[in-house]
Amino acid sequence: MIQDRYALAFKLYPYRKSPDQDAGSPARHPVVVVGCGPIGLATALDLGRQGIPVVLLDDHEGIGMGSRAICFSKRTLDIADRYGCGAPMLDKGVIWNVGKVFQDDRQVFEFNLLPENGHANPAFINLQQPYFEKFIFEQICQEQANGAPIEIRGKNRVDAIETFDDHTVLDITTPDGPYQLKADWVIACDGAGSPLRGMMGLAFDGRVFQDSFLIADIKMVSDSFPTERWFWFEPYFKSGASTLLHKQPDDVWRVDFQIGWDVDRTEELKEENIRRRLDAMLGNDVEYEMVWSSIYTFQCRRMQKFRHNRVIFAGDSAHQVSPFGARGANSGMQDVDNLGWKLGLVINGLAPDSLLDSYDDERIHGADENILNSTRATDFITPKSKASHTFRNAVLTLAEKHAFARPLVNSGRLSVPCVYDTSPLNGPDTLPGGPSQTRAGSACTDAPLGRDYLLRQLGDQFVLLAINTNAPGGLEVDNIKIRTVALSTADDPGGALAERYLGTADSAVYLIRPDQHVAARWPSYDAASLRTALRKACGKD
Amino acid sequence: MGKLNTKPNIAAPDDFYADLIAAHDGKSDAESEAFNARLILVLANHIGDRDILQEALNVAR
Repeated sequence: MIQDRYALAFKLYPYRKSPDQDAGSPARHPVVVVGCGPIGLATALDLGRQGIPVVLLDDHEGIGMGSRAICFSKRTLDIADRYGCGAPMLDKGVIWNVGKVFQDDRQVFEFNLLPENGHANPAFINLQQPYFEKFIFEQICQEQANGAPIEIRGKNRVDAIETFDDHTVLDITTPDGPYQLKADWVIACDGAGSPLRGMMGLAFDGRVFQDSFLIADIKMVSDSFPTERWFWFEPYFKSGASTLLHKQPDDVWRVDFQIGWDVDRTEELKEENIRRRLDAMLGNDVEYEMVWSSIYTFQCRRMQKFRHNRVIFAGDSAHQVSPFGARGANSGMQDVDNLGWKLGLVINGLAPDSLLDSYDDERIHGADENILNSTRATDFITPKSKASHTFRNAVLTLAEKHAFARPLVNSGRLSVPCVYDTSPLNGPDTLPGGPSQTRAGSACTDAPLGRDYLLRQLGDQFVLLAINTNAPGGLEVDNIKIRTVALSTADDPGGALAERYLGTADSAVYLIRPDQHVAARWPSYDAASLRTALRKACGKD
Repeated sequence: MGKLNTKPNIAAPDDFYADLIAAHDGKSDAESEAFNARLILVLANHIGDRDILQEALNVAR
């Protein structure tokens, strides 16, 4: 039978018997997604919006309790906007840009994450993970109502997997007993502990950090703390070797104490012991209610390859980082964003399946970048040697008075979009004077266009963006449609589009992928160049 | 060719050395270590050039 492993925040997809369970032979589906966390839900949404039938399996019947991931980046919101569910996230989320760093009882410095104006989305919102998932789920329901072929099966636990050259067979357990499914493609979004990865005997190597963190999410109505990320190194209140305070919606605050490696989890998780730490930090007279608590240790590790023929790993199942930097869920969303259109083209017969190898190239590059940043932040926050600790504190001491030391302070390098500089999909980058931030491989930067914003006009097909030059509409290469978006200086009253896409060039033509990454750019349109670049972007040459 | 100057470059080297040692007067080992760390960071920032810093790390090994 299927026992729940955790309580639910929202019961959304109660078990219902599928006709597949009574089929004489295993039903075959184009795509089965395993795991209904944020990454599995987003994958199903992406594919379903393309009209590709997806079956989504989860061993529970809804979204798990607990705030868990709380920081969602601008890039994630841009992706969610593309899927149609960015607005409710932004609406519910707490917007923040400012972070403050303290040591002991002194403020070391503060930073502002969004130095550039003219983006539809803020640098970050804080939002409890169950809400984030629920908004994706609600968008799935809306797409289903519009005919998107997405099916979610609750209390369907995958217990075995057998892989073949052209398909995969899954053994599934349900409250009505076992059944089998065949899938052309399986997307494993079953989390850091990925049972599928284990069943396939695949390694998940990396580094384990010897420290524990105690999360206490509390409900507190307070005017004492602004909507900022506050991080203490060696705080005067002694509740942890470091402490993080961050606001979430519904007057909930995330408090995260670094409590050392050898801790008695049961003891530390007792409410009176958590309250002892919180009272020392907040003062005895502050009233609050405990919402959720958890102790975690962390690892930085990844699979050697994310694609294993017809089984593809995405999100935490493929790579895991420490939470400092908000690079977990945010990088998983970039996985989905990267995989969705590629798998869509392959399934629709518009690109060779070798295109999916570029998912490995690009997202392993992303994972390595995240692991590097997250490892460095972790080494700064939890120094592993006496010398490392001495230098860390020297940086913090100097940072209070001297600007030069502030860039060395690392309380987490917050997630920014990955640039696929060395991607095999990149075409020519031949725009003399073109800005570095929109070079081939980068995620498109937003820019205001009168009442609208650029990213909202790009959508989720291939786009030819022509600025101050002519390009034909209705383009098609190898049956792949390319939508032309023509803009000029007249659409760009603030000059941000020119600054971000022209640099010192007079005109530009960009080929933009469905995930809104730049594939190639030129000063002007040329049919043959476009054709070559599009074929390259689809893994054909 | 290296960019790090490893030739004598400090005027009155004995004076500098005396200042360096004097800066540690009255400090515990831990305080001295912390001071040294701050000093390294201040000097490293002044140099700035990553190639030179890398050479310095190698020379000091």
